[in-house]
Amino acid sequence: MSEHVQTPKCKQLLGSLSEYIDGDLQAELCAEIEEHLKDCDNCRIVVNTLRKTVELYKQTTEPVGLPDAVRERLFLKLELKDFLKKV
Amino acid sequence: MTETANTISLEALKTGDREAFARLVDETSVHIYRVALQILGDDQDAEDVLQETYIKAFRALPDFEGRSSLTTWLYRIAVNEALMLVRKRKPQTISVEENTPFDAEAESDEMEIVDFCCLPEGELLSSESRRFLEQAVQNLPANLRVAFVMRDMEEFSIQETAEALNLSKNNVKTRLLRARLRLRQELSVYFGGKIQKESRR
Repeated sequence: MSEHVQTPKCKQLLGSLSEYIDGDLQAELCAEIEEHLKDCDNCRIVVNTLRKTVELYKQTTEPVGLPDAVRERLFLKLELKDFLKKV
Repeated sequence: MTETANTISLEALKTGDREAFARLVDETSVHIYRVALQILGDDQDAEDVLQETYIKAFRALPDFEGRSSLTTWLYRIAVNEALMLVRKRKPQTISVEENTPFDAEAESDEMEIVDFCCLPEGELLSSESRRFLEQAVQNLPANLRVAFVMRDMEEFSIQETAEALNLSKNNVKTRLLRARLRLRQELSVYFGGKIQKESRR
């Protein structure tokens, strides 16, 4: 299933895709990408899967708290033992 | 990015007030720990970085000039500590090519074109897939991983990421693009295998 991204246009647009999926690209370049995507199946898949990749990471990043034991060792290390109880 | 540390008196912190410092630690340490954990992928390493960050911060506070926010400054110390630890543990993971400009020719070579978006959520978010996603981030070169963690996992803006990493915005954008494309490629191979298996049934 490996393939080269076919045309020079595909390669030219590759460098802008990250900003494109973030919505941070100038309108003119955005329009150029959208025009290209109408006719290029491979680039459409690359854009969709790039967006999905970022989405999956946002969805699976679990909120990590600071474990009590880690906080305690940190306070001891910093000689802040007197302030341990004040959370 | 948390800005809660802004409510603590900077003057008190700069003069070594331990109570103010304890408050700073309590308000920021969970964020510092999370970033260290995402970059290093190891509880003990993350704890070492956490401790080292505040030891260094306490020493450097009298000289803090306020050119960035206190929290950004703390992130910068933590990221540097984490990268130093990575270099110490796996010197080969930081390579020269990470600092070269984006090369579309090289990046587009042998790209995997698999539309894995069509897979059901249950498959994309299974515990096996989650483990793969975690491992894929850990497999990224450290400099790319840091940019990805800050921007896409901790949801910093490009500007905040640039300040925390002491890089230009363009440099952050290039690293982020590379990191995302590499992860996309890894996920395409991984989920592509699953789609093929499905179609053979």
